[in-house]
Amino acid sequence: MLTKEQVRQVAALARVRASDDELTGYVAELGRILDHVARLQEVDTEGMPPTSRALEQRGILREDMPQVPLLRETVLANAPDERHGMFLVPRVVEE
Amino acid sequence: MELYESTVHGLQTRLAAGELSAEELAEAVLERIDHVEEDIHSFVYRRLREEVLAEARAVDASRMRGDALGPLAGIPIALKDNLNTRGLPTTCASAILEGYIAPYDATVVESLAQQQAVVIGKTNMDEFAMGSSTEHSAYHPTRNPWDVGRVPGGSSGGSAAAVAAGEAIAALGSDTGGSIRQPASFCGIVGLKPTYGRVSRYGLVAFASSLDQIGPLTRDVRDAAIVLGAIAGHDRRDATSNPGEVPDYLAGIESGCRGLRLGVPRQLLGEGVAAEVRSAVLAALDLLTELGADIEECSLPTLPHALDAYYVIAPAEASSNLARYDGVRFGHRTRGSQSYREMFERTRAEGFGPEVRRRIMLGTYALSAGYYDQYYGKAQQVRTRICREFELAFERYTALVSPTAPTTAFRFGERMADPLQMYVNDICTVPVNLAGLPAISLPCGFHDGLPIGLQIIGRPMDEATILTLAHAYEQAADLGRRRPPLSRVPMGNDREE
Amino acid sequence: MATVYETVIGLEVHVELATETKMFCGCPTAFGAPPNTQVCPVCLGLPGSLPVPNARAIAYALKAALALECEIDPECRWDRKNYHYPDLPKGYQITQYARPLARSGHLRFSITETNGDTVDREVRIRRLHMEEDTGKSTHEGLPGTSTGVDLNRAGVPLIEIVSEPDIRTPEEARVYLQALRTLLLYTGVSDVKMEEGSLRCDANVSVRPVGEDTLGVLVEIKNMNSFRSVQRALEFEVNRQVDLLQSGGRIVRETRHWDDRREITFSSRSKEEAHDYRYFPEPDLGPCDLTPAFVEQTRQSLPELPTAKCQRYISLGLSGYDASVLAMDPPLASFFDAMLRAGGAPRESAALLTVELLGRLNATGIAIHDPACRVTPSALAELQKLVADGTINGKIAKEVLDEMVQTGATARTVVENRGLRQVSDEGAILEAVRSVLTANPVEVADYRDGKEKLFGFLVGQVMKATRGKANPALVNAVLRRELQGRSE
Repeated sequence: MLTKEQVRQVAALARVRASDDELTGYVAELGRILDHVARLQEVDTEGMPPTSRALEQRGILREDMPQVPLLRETVLANAPDERHGMFLVPRVVEE
Repeated sequence: MELYESTVHGLQTRLAAGELSAEELAEAVLERIDHVEEDIHSFVYRRLREEVLAEARAVDASRMRGDALGPLAGIPIALKDNLNTRGLPTTCASAILEGYIAPYDATVVESLAQQQAVVIGKTNMDEFAMGSSTEHSAYHPTRNPWDVGRVPGGSSGGSAAAVAAGEAIAALGSDTGGSIRQPASFCGIVGLKPTYGRVSRYGLVAFASSLDQIGPLTRDVRDAAIVLGAIAGHDRRDATSNPGEVPDYLAGIESGCRGLRLGVPRQLLGEGVAAEVRSAVLAALDLLTELGADIEECSLPTLPHALDAYYVIAPAEASSNLARYDGVRFGHRTRGSQSYREMFERTRAEGFGPEVRRRIMLGTYALSAGYYDQYYGKAQQVRTRICREFELAFERYTALVSPTAPTTAFRFGERMADPLQMYVNDICTVPVNLAGLPAISLPCGFHDGLPIGLQIIGRPMDEATILTLAHAYEQAADLGRRRPPLSRVPMGNDREE
Repeated sequence: MATVYETVIGLEVHVELATETKMFCGCPTAFGAPPNTQVCPVCLGLPGSLPVPNARAIAYALKAALALECEIDPECRWDRKNYHYPDLPKGYQITQYARPLARSGHLRFSITETNGDTVDREVRIRRLHMEEDTGKSTHEGLPGTSTGVDLNRAGVPLIEIVSEPDIRTPEEARVYLQALRTLLLYTGVSDVKMEEGSLRCDANVSVRPVGEDTLGVLVEIKNMNSFRSVQRALEFEVNRQVDLLQSGGRIVRETRHWDDRREITFSSRSKEEAHDYRYFPEPDLGPCDLTPAFVEQTRQSLPELPTAKCQRYISLGLSGYDASVLAMDPPLASFFDAMLRAGGAPRESAALLTVELLGRLNATGIAIHDPACRVTPSALAELQKLVADGTINGKIAKEVLDEMVQTGATARTVVENRGLRQVSDEGAILEAVRSVLTANPVEVADYRDGKEKLFGFLVGQVMKATRGKANPALVNAVLRRELQGRSE
């Protein structure tokens, strides 16, 4: 069973702020979805390797050849805040 | 037939013969958009009329010079708003990407530009392609041209509705769990999800990287073959892109289905499939048999669990793919925060809609310490089983046939209250993404005036065969003439018979 | 009696690879460019961009792994490490978690003890894997409550080398790190500059009573920016832990930062619960095969590495100390090897190089591989041979070298131009000896009365008379004979 405390931790991990009511909502919603997907446990997967991509391309690499970077003006054009050529964010507080 | 209702290949013949200019065609489509967009809301961004016409004129000039032009030259095309377009907004129908102007083009957008296709705008979608109805758009819902009280399907609902309503001749969408095929089915058009790796994903905003593919939404199968040919191929910028040669998809498209052995997975035609869908699909199978195909029922026993695996894998990948929306380098930022973390959390709470947040939460949980093996690890193993069952089936069958969606288009709001109700829509389509296979959806009938879609699933990299099969069926069934009951553009030269 | 504690240290070292471009995109990697001028959609983490691995980065990582005698995974696979920080653009780092490129290696080095003996040490390498670097955050010159983010470094290829907890002293940790640096310099895969951050080191430190098998509580130390600070930080930390235990305290599992100015470690008070990296296979990247042929080819391409070099020098007759000094300094070793190729005798060449040439260069602040060092290996080897074949004597050799260092002239040119050729003509020496004996009758008489140490004085006078060029052995023999002859 999914608890509210677990949901709170997941929201923190996912960096999604959620009110107390929202957390309660998630307990129910996510709980139902998880109950559904828990049917996976019925499948016998003894000895089955995991598949992370169905059709895997192997050995696709890039030569170490420099490409022209973006203009800084272009890079910063979408930035919500910038100063001295840098992206500006509120201070990182060590938690 | 109106210009805006024509096919790519039909228009190209007339363009090449000089009976029609790209400018006239663009005018007709723009006028159609002006006329019906208010009812349909296919687009989230429409390019300026003058830009579109200027591009069309450039194609005409090119043709006048005698340049060799490809089959998409001058064809008005709509792009799903998760394809990056340099200089145009790319929002994924999310508030978090409000105002974002991509500094680069997706590879498919480059390909279309090289072919001189005329991009007319960006189409609506479920936010970040998460949904099956286009109701999860931060902007507005898109309506189904066949019944404006119903959804067009999703997540490529805007692209499907635009093509169905004559607002674009063809469109590109993306398909992670059915997002091209299901809206194609709901809107009565053709939608093709290529093999994973057949079309470059570079510049497609990722939802679930191991499942996403870009593909065409078109009026007929031949058009699907043409558009696929234009966007398929290896791309050095996508390490999952297939280096194999791109065949000529039109070369054998007329070769019919005589002697082909087709399987019908029992698990995709059972419980949960509406009676009218079931009977339309059975009728389609009869027609295919008449055309010489050899049809058998078959069994892929793990398919009923595909949805469960999908709803672990896709959110898990999404939770990681969407971590970059942090309000630092682009997109929305919530102001007035005291710390980076507060800014980050508030930006995401505001910028993402409820379905996106739900899936991020779900995926984060499925990957978190102590739950990985139970959810993500298990889902990846089940995925292996599903892949193997498909492989086995394809030892016997050339292609597999099923409904595309278990129902016809549903009403707005009908499935919004319960996420699971929305998710079960994908039961026939998600197994295909898990196994990376190509599949096409094409109309196979109507019920209460609403289209029903037939899905044909092919072997890896064998788009040619499913296009051939679909084309044979399409020609025989002759459903393509039926058009949505929208008002017609009142034009002097109305060519309708 | 107080408990005696043993220190247990493991190091995690990050090394930036010296590729032209980043790990997953074509952006340049040059150090010190203006902020955000070496970025593209991929390393900015823009929506829709995709990574493609740099083939040279993989080849370099493999080379480093082979130099560390690691076992190589036949497949190179990638994972995502999910965490949030403003300088991590995608919200995850592409790394290798489940299957590192390499495991189970060794680093061998020798450490000089206080009594001057050298002791051979071996530290096991637990794993070596590739990953991408993060950007940089800064507060300088920005409004008080803001952080600035520069993503030029984001995506630069790194290898992380994790040692087993085999290190027992802070000094050994420093020497391990220096030996690792030398090894990587030989392979050419990185410029390994701690001051530019292309070599970075974190340490896991614990102490336990001697004889105890289980490890004590681990403390991670970060922010050590020089070899010296690694040793100083670990010394501080070991003392802190031992003091704490001896005063009945408990050690807390935590991350501490080294403050180079105050010379202390301090707790960064980070909540450990927050670290759930949710590793999973990177879906955007397929595996890449490291075939036995490719691995073997890379192994063959490795230069002679420090340990082998040191052994070879010892087999040539060098002392363990000299061999190690040369082998641990790639430019010096390369100079020495070139001298050997030019025919220099090993021991004499080593002495000429490490004592005479280096002494002169150090005095002027010139490095051996500097273009300002005007003495070539073959010129120095020639000087050694001129001494060996008796053309000049050792004292004159120093004079010749002075001029070589200043003018870049070859040894032979200096000797010829200044007429410094050694005088071995017995007649000429006899003449010089006789005139010295004649000029110093008192000293000669005293010598004969038993003041034998005056022999040296007389030798000196003969050398002076020949302006230092006389063959000293011949001078000795002739002088002794003359002194004896006259006494009869």
